[in-house]
Amino acid sequence: MSETAIEYVESKYLKKSVPQFRIGDTVKVHMRVVEGEKERIQIVEGVVISRKHNDLRETFTVRKTSSGIGVERTFPLHSPRVEKVEVMRSGKVRRAKLYFLRKRKGKAARLVERR
Amino acid sequence: MTHIFDESGDEIPVTVLEMGPCPVTQIKSVEKDGYEAIQLAFEPFQKKDQRKFKKPQIGHFNKANIKPYCHLREFRVEDGPEKLSVGDVLTVEIFNDVEFVSVTATSKGRGFAGVVKRHGFSGANMTHGAHEQFRHPGSIGMCNFPGRVLPGKKLPGQYGSKKVKTLNLEVVKIFLERNILLVKGATPGPNGSIVTVEQSSRKKKRGKLEPITKKT
Repeated sequence: MSETAIEYVESKYLKKSVPQFRIGDTVKVHMRVVEGEKERIQIVEGVVISRKHNDLRETFTVRKTSSGIGVERTFPLHSPRVEKVEVMRSGKVRRAKLYFLRKRKGKAARLVERR
Repeated sequence: MTHIFDESGDEIPVTVLEMGPCPVTQIKSVEKDGYEAIQLAFEPFQKKDQRKFKKPQIGHFNKANIKPYCHLREFRVEDGPEKLSVGDVLTVEIFNDVEFVSVTATSKGRGFAGVVKRHGFSGANMTHGAHEQFRHPGSIGMCNFPGRVLPGKKLPGQYGSKKVKTLNLEVVKIFLERNILLVKGATPGPNGSIVTVEQSSRKKKRGKLEPITKKT
Protein backbone atom coordinates (compact mmCIF):
# COMPACT_ATOMS: atom_id res chain seq x y z
CA MET A 1 0.00 0.00 0.00
CA SER A 2 1.68 3.15 -1.15
CA GLU A 3 -1.02 5.46 0.13
CA THR A 4 -1.80 5.21 3.82
CA ALA A 5 -5.33 5.05 5.10
CA ILE A 6 -5.18 8.56 6.45
CA GLU A 7 -3.90 9.96 3.16
CA TYR A 8 -6.74 8.22 1.38
CA VAL A 9 -9.36 9.79 3.65
CA GLU A 10 -7.81 13.23 3.42
CA SER A 11 -7.58 13.08 -0.37
CA LYS A 12 -11.37 12.89 -0.45
CA TYR A 13 -11.71 16.24 1.28
CA LEU A 14 -8.86 18.26 -0.21
CA LYS A 15 -9.83 21.28 -2.28
CA LYS A 16 -9.27 20.82 -5.99
CA SER A 17 -7.92 24.30 -6.43
CA VAL A 18 -6.15 25.68 -3.42
CA PRO A 19 -6.13 29.48 -3.09
CA GLN A 20 -2.70 30.89 -3.92
CA PHE A 21 -1.23 33.36 -1.45
CA ARG A 22 1.94 33.87 0.56
CA ILE A 23 2.98 34.91 4.01
CA GLY A 24 2.89 38.69 4.31
CA ASP A 25 0.16 39.10 1.70
CA THR A 26 -2.74 41.35 2.50
CA VAL A 27 -5.77 39.28 1.60
CA LYS A 28 -9.52 39.34 1.57
CA VAL A 29 -10.97 36.05 2.77
CA HIS A 30 -14.45 35.40 1.46
CA MET A 31 -16.25 33.30 4.03
CA ARG A 32 -19.63 31.70 3.75
CA VAL A 33 -21.73 32.49 6.82
CA VAL A 34 -25.09 30.92 7.52
CA GLU A 35 -27.44 33.11 9.51
CA GLY A 36 -30.66 31.35 10.25
CA GLU A 37 -31.74 30.30 6.80
CA LYS A 38 -29.87 32.86 4.80
CA GLU A 39 -26.37 32.41 3.55
CA ARG A 40 -24.11 35.32 2.82
CA ILE A 41 -20.47 36.03 2.18
CA GLN A 42 -18.46 37.72 4.87
CA ILE A 43 -15.14 39.28 4.01
CA VAL A 44 -12.24 39.27 6.41
CA GLU A 45 -9.31 41.43 5.43
CA GLY A 46 -5.81 41.42 6.86
CA VAL A 47 -2.21 40.25 6.61
CA VAL A 48 -1.43 36.54 6.45
CA ILE A 49 0.93 36.02 9.37
CA SER A 50 1.20 32.24 9.42
CA ARG A 51 0.44 29.10 7.53
CA LYS A 52 0.55 25.73 9.23
CA HIS A 53 1.02 23.09 6.58
CA ASN A 54 -0.51 19.73 7.38
CA ASP A 55 -2.28 18.38 4.30
CA LEU A 56 -6.00 18.60 4.95
CA ARG A 57 -5.44 20.20 8.33
CA GLU A 58 -3.58 23.19 6.90
CA THR A 59 -4.60 26.50 8.46
CA PHE A 60 -3.68 30.13 7.91
CA THR A 61 -3.96 33.13 10.20
CA VAL A 62 -5.04 36.59 9.12
CA ARG A 63 -4.29 39.60 11.29
CA LYS A 64 -5.54 43.12 11.13
CA THR A 65 -5.66 46.07 13.45
CA SER A 66 -9.19 47.23 13.89
CA SER A 67 -9.63 50.58 15.66
CA GLY A 68 -6.43 50.09 17.63
CA ILE A 69 -7.11 46.51 18.62
CA GLY A 70 -5.36 43.61 16.95
CA VAL A 71 -7.71 40.97 15.57
CA GLU A 72 -6.54 37.58 14.36
CA ARG A 73 -8.54 34.87 12.75
CA THR A 74 -7.42 31.37 11.80
CA PHE A 75 -9.03 29.52 8.90
CA PRO A 76 -8.76 25.89 7.84
CA LEU A 77 -7.52 26.26 4.27
CA HIS A 78 -9.56 23.35 2.95
CA SER A 79 -12.80 24.26 4.69
CA PRO A 80 -15.73 24.61 2.29
CA ARG A 81 -16.62 27.75 4.20
CA VAL A 82 -13.54 29.52 2.89
CA GLU A 83 -14.92 30.44 -0.50
CA LYS A 84 -11.99 32.34 -1.92
CA VAL A 85 -8.87 34.20 -0.90
CA GLU A 86 -8.14 37.40 -2.80
CA VAL A 87 -4.64 38.83 -2.69
CA MET A 88 -4.76 42.62 -2.45
CA ARG A 89 -1.07 43.34 -1.98
CA SER A 90 2.07 41.31 -1.34
CA GLY A 91 4.47 42.13 1.45
CA LYS A 92 8.22 41.60 1.38
CA VAL A 93 9.03 39.32 4.28
CA ARG A 94 12.00 37.23 5.32
CA ARG A 95 10.39 34.73 7.66
CA ALA A 96 7.60 32.17 7.59
CA LYS A 97 5.74 33.31 10.67
CA LEU A 98 5.13 37.02 11.19
CA TYR A 99 4.39 36.85 14.88
CA PHE A 100 6.62 39.89 15.46
CA LEU A 101 3.80 42.02 14.02
CA ARG A 102 1.84 41.40 17.18
CA LYS A 103 4.17 43.58 19.17
CA ARG A 104 4.18 46.40 16.63
CA LYS A 105 1.72 49.22 16.31
CA GLY A 106 0.91 51.81 13.70
CA LYS A 107 3.63 52.63 11.20
CA ALA A 108 6.01 49.99 12.56
CA ALA A 109 3.54 47.24 11.66
CA ARG A 110 3.72 47.98 7.94
CA LEU A 111 5.36 45.65 5.43
CA VAL A 112 7.32 46.75 2.37
CA GLU A 113 5.55 45.78 -0.83
CA ARG A 114 7.08 43.02 -2.91
CA ARG A 115 7.31 43.44 -6.64
CA MET B 1 -6.14 11.92 13.79
CA THR B 2 -7.36 14.23 11.13
CA HIS B 3 -10.57 16.06 10.49
CA ILE B 4 -13.23 16.05 7.81
CA PHE B 5 -15.85 18.62 6.86
CA ASP B 6 -19.59 17.96 6.94
CA GLU B 7 -22.13 19.48 4.55
CA SER B 8 -22.41 22.72 6.50
CA GLY B 9 -18.63 23.08 6.57
CA ASP B 10 -18.17 22.16 10.20
CA GLU B 11 -15.01 20.35 11.12
CA ILE B 12 -15.36 16.93 12.68
CA PRO B 13 -12.26 15.52 14.39
CA VAL B 14 -11.86 11.88 13.38
CA THR B 15 -9.55 8.95 13.88
CA VAL B 16 -8.95 6.79 10.81
CA LEU B 17 -9.27 3.09 11.53
CA GLU B 18 -8.31 0.48 8.99
CA MET B 19 -10.63 -2.46 9.55
CA GLY B 20 -9.64 -5.76 8.09
CA PRO B 21 -10.25 -7.60 5.88
CA CYS B 22 -10.09 -10.15 8.67
CA PRO B 23 -10.41 -13.82 7.81
CA VAL B 24 -11.79 -16.19 10.42
CA THR B 25 -8.98 -18.57 11.31
CA GLN B 26 -10.64 -20.69 13.94
CA ILE B 27 -13.99 -21.20 15.62
CA LYS B 28 -13.91 -22.36 19.20
CA SER B 29 -16.86 -24.29 20.52
CA VAL B 30 -18.08 -25.42 23.93
CA GLU B 31 -17.61 -29.10 23.06
CA LYS B 32 -14.04 -28.72 21.91
CA ASP B 33 -12.62 -25.79 23.80
CA GLY B 34 -15.04 -25.20 26.65
CA TYR B 35 -16.16 -21.82 25.40
CA GLU B 36 -17.40 -20.14 22.27
CA ALA B 37 -15.27 -17.69 20.37
CA ILE B 38 -13.99 -16.84 16.95
CA GLN B 39 -10.40 -16.11 16.04
CA LEU B 40 -9.70 -13.41 13.50
CA ALA B 41 -6.51 -12.56 11.64
CA PHE B 42 -5.40 -9.12 10.55
CA GLU B 43 -2.76 -7.70 8.23
CA PRO B 44 -1.26 -10.21 5.79
CA PHE B 45 2.41 -10.91 6.33
CA GLN B 46 4.06 -9.16 3.37
CA LYS B 47 7.73 -10.08 3.59
CA LYS B 48 9.10 -13.05 1.69
CA ASP B 49 10.99 -14.46 4.64
CA GLN B 50 8.55 -16.84 6.27
CA ARG B 51 10.99 -17.87 8.98
CA LYS B 52 9.15 -15.57 11.34
CA PHE B 53 6.55 -18.30 11.59
CA LYS B 54 7.06 -21.71 13.14
CA LYS B 55 5.74 -24.76 11.34
CA PRO B 56 2.74 -25.21 13.64
CA GLN B 57 1.76 -21.59 13.03
CA ILE B 58 1.90 -22.05 9.28
CA GLY B 59 -0.17 -25.19 9.71
CA HIS B 60 -2.74 -23.18 11.60
CA PHE B 61 -3.08 -20.75 8.70
CA ASN B 62 -3.12 -23.57 6.16
CA LYS B 63 -6.09 -25.09 7.96
CA ALA B 64 -8.04 -21.93 7.30
CA ASN B 65 -6.62 -21.90 3.78
CA ILE B 66 -5.08 -18.45 4.05
CA LYS B 67 -1.63 -16.90 3.94
CA PRO B 68 0.11 -16.07 7.20
CA TYR B 69 -1.15 -12.96 8.96
CA CYS B 70 0.66 -10.71 11.42
CA HIS B 71 -1.95 -10.61 14.14
CA LEU B 72 -4.43 -13.05 15.58
CA ARG B 73 -7.07 -12.19 18.10
CA GLU B 74 -9.95 -14.02 19.67
CA PHE B 75 -13.42 -12.61 20.17
CA ARG B 76 -16.43 -13.79 22.10
CA VAL B 77 -19.44 -13.50 19.86
CA GLU B 78 -22.91 -13.78 21.30
CA ASP B 79 -25.07 -14.01 18.23
CA GLY B 80 -23.89 -17.38 17.13
CA PRO B 81 -20.52 -18.31 15.72
CA GLU B 82 -22.50 -20.86 13.71
CA LYS B 83 -23.24 -18.09 11.18
CA LEU B 84 -19.56 -17.99 10.37
CA SER B 85 -17.20 -20.63 9.13
CA VAL B 86 -13.43 -20.84 8.98
CA GLY B 87 -12.10 -18.90 6.01
CA ASP B 88 -14.92 -16.34 5.98
CA VAL B 89 -13.67 -12.79 5.67
CA LEU B 90 -15.01 -10.01 7.85
CA THR B 91 -14.72 -6.48 6.58
CA VAL B 92 -15.81 -3.06 7.75
CA GLU B 93 -19.22 -3.90 6.30
CA ILE B 94 -20.34 -5.42 9.60
CA PHE B 95 -20.32 -1.90 11.06
CA ASN B 96 -22.58 -0.56 8.33
CA ASP B 97 -25.62 0.16 10.49
CA VAL B 98 -23.72 0.75 13.69
CA GLU B 99 -23.97 4.21 15.17
CA PHE B 100 -21.62 3.98 18.12
CA VAL B 101 -18.55 1.85 18.77
CA SER B 102 -16.16 1.28 21.63
CA VAL B 103 -12.47 1.05 20.92
CA THR B 104 -10.00 -0.94 23.01
CA ALA B 105 -6.23 -0.66 22.76
CA THR B 106 -3.04 -0.45 24.74
CA SER B 107 -2.51 3.15 25.80
CA LYS B 108 0.71 5.05 25.17
CA GLY B 109 3.39 4.02 27.68
CA ARG B 110 4.75 6.82 29.80
CA GLY B 111 7.08 4.72 31.91
CA PHE B 112 7.57 5.33 35.61
CA ALA B 113 5.78 8.64 36.05
CA GLY B 114 5.53 11.02 38.97
CA VAL B 115 2.33 12.14 40.60
CA VAL B 116 2.00 15.34 38.59
CA LYS B 117 1.84 13.52 35.27
CA ARG B 118 0.19 10.34 36.53
CA HIS B 119 -2.51 11.68 38.83
CA GLY B 120 -2.71 15.34 37.91
CA PHE B 121 -1.36 16.69 41.21
CA SER B 122 -0.65 20.40 40.99
CA GLY B 123 2.93 20.29 42.24
CA ALA B 124 4.49 23.01 44.35
CA ASN B 125 5.43 26.64 43.79
CA MET B 126 8.43 27.21 41.56
CA THR B 127 9.18 30.43 43.47
CA HIS B 128 8.23 32.02 46.80
CA GLY B 129 11.14 30.30 48.55
CA ALA B 130 10.19 26.80 47.41
CA HIS B 131 13.15 24.49 47.55
CA GLU B 132 13.80 21.18 45.75
CA GLN B 133 10.17 20.11 46.09
CA PHE B 134 8.63 21.20 42.82
CA ARG B 135 6.88 18.05 41.62
CA HIS B 136 6.74 16.03 44.81
CA PRO B 137 3.58 14.39 46.18
CA GLY B 138 3.83 16.18 49.57
CA SER B 139 2.47 14.48 52.64
CA ILE B 140 1.20 10.97 52.02
CA GLY B 141 -0.75 10.46 55.21
CA MET B 142 -1.27 11.05 58.91
CA CYS B 143 0.96 10.51 61.97
CA ASN B 144 1.11 7.68 64.56
CA PHE B 145 -2.51 6.95 63.92
CA PRO B 146 -3.06 5.14 61.59
CA GLY B 147 0.70 4.85 61.31
CA ARG B 148 0.56 3.48 57.79
CA VAL B 149 -0.15 4.64 54.26
CA LEU B 150 -3.77 4.07 53.31
CA PRO B 151 -4.37 1.56 50.50
CA GLY B 152 -4.95 3.10 47.10
CA LYS B 153 -2.82 6.17 47.87
CA LYS B 154 -1.87 7.93 44.65
CA LEU B 155 1.88 7.61 44.28
CA PRO B 156 4.41 7.55 41.43
CA GLY B 157 4.58 4.39 39.33
CA GLN B 158 4.05 2.85 35.90
CA TYR B 159 1.73 4.99 33.80
CA GLY B 160 0.19 4.01 30.49
CA SER B 161 0.91 0.91 28.39
CA LYS B 162 -2.29 -0.47 29.81
CA LYS B 163 -5.47 -1.76 28.21
CA VAL B 164 -7.87 1.15 27.79
CA LYS B 165 -11.35 1.21 26.32
CA THR B 166 -12.89 4.39 24.94
CA LEU B 167 -16.66 4.06 25.08
CA ASN B 168 -19.35 5.19 22.67
CA LEU B 169 -17.46 6.84 19.87
CA GLU B 170 -19.67 8.01 17.04
CA VAL B 171 -19.16 6.35 13.65
CA VAL B 172 -18.78 9.27 11.27
CA LYS B 173 -18.17 7.57 7.96
CA ILE B 174 -17.25 4.28 6.37
CA PHE B 175 -15.18 3.78 3.22
CA LEU B 176 -16.06 0.28 2.09
CA GLU B 177 -13.58 0.25 -0.76
CA ARG B 178 -10.61 0.65 1.57
CA ASN B 179 -12.10 -0.89 4.72
CA ILE B 180 -11.80 2.36 6.57
CA LEU B 181 -13.91 3.43 9.51
CA LEU B 182 -13.90 6.99 10.80
CA VAL B 183 -14.81 7.52 14.42
CA LYS B 184 -15.29 10.88 16.07
CA GLY B 185 -12.58 11.78 18.53
CA ALA B 186 -9.45 10.04 19.72
CA THR B 187 -8.73 6.40 20.45
CA PRO B 188 -6.19 4.93 22.89
CA GLY B 189 -2.65 4.14 21.81
CA PRO B 190 -0.02 5.57 19.46
CA ASN B 191 -0.44 5.95 15.70
CA GLY B 192 -0.37 2.69 13.82
CA SER B 193 -1.29 0.57 16.81
CA ILE B 194 -3.66 -2.36 16.80
CA VAL B 195 -7.06 -1.62 18.26
CA THR B 196 -10.23 -3.61 18.76
CA VAL B 197 -13.60 -2.18 17.80
CA GLU B 198 -16.93 -3.42 19.04
CA GLN B 199 -20.46 -2.21 18.72
CA SER B 200 -21.10 0.09 21.62
CA SER B 201 -22.72 -1.60 24.59
CA ARG B 202 -24.82 1.49 25.17
CA LYS B 203 -27.26 -0.01 22.75
CA LYS B 204 -27.16 -3.18 24.83
CA LYS B 205 -26.14 -5.25 21.83
CA ARG B 206 -22.80 -6.93 21.90
CA GLY B 207 -21.80 -6.98 18.28
CA LYS B 208 -19.04 -8.72 16.51
CA LEU B 209 -15.64 -7.44 17.21
CA GLU B 210 -12.86 -6.84 14.83
CA PRO B 211 -9.17 -6.06 15.14
CA ILE B 212 -7.82 -3.18 13.18
CA THR B 213 -4.89 -0.87 12.92
CA LYS B 214 -5.19 2.74 13.58
CA LYS B 215 -3.52 5.67 12.02
CA THR B 216 -4.06 9.10 13.32
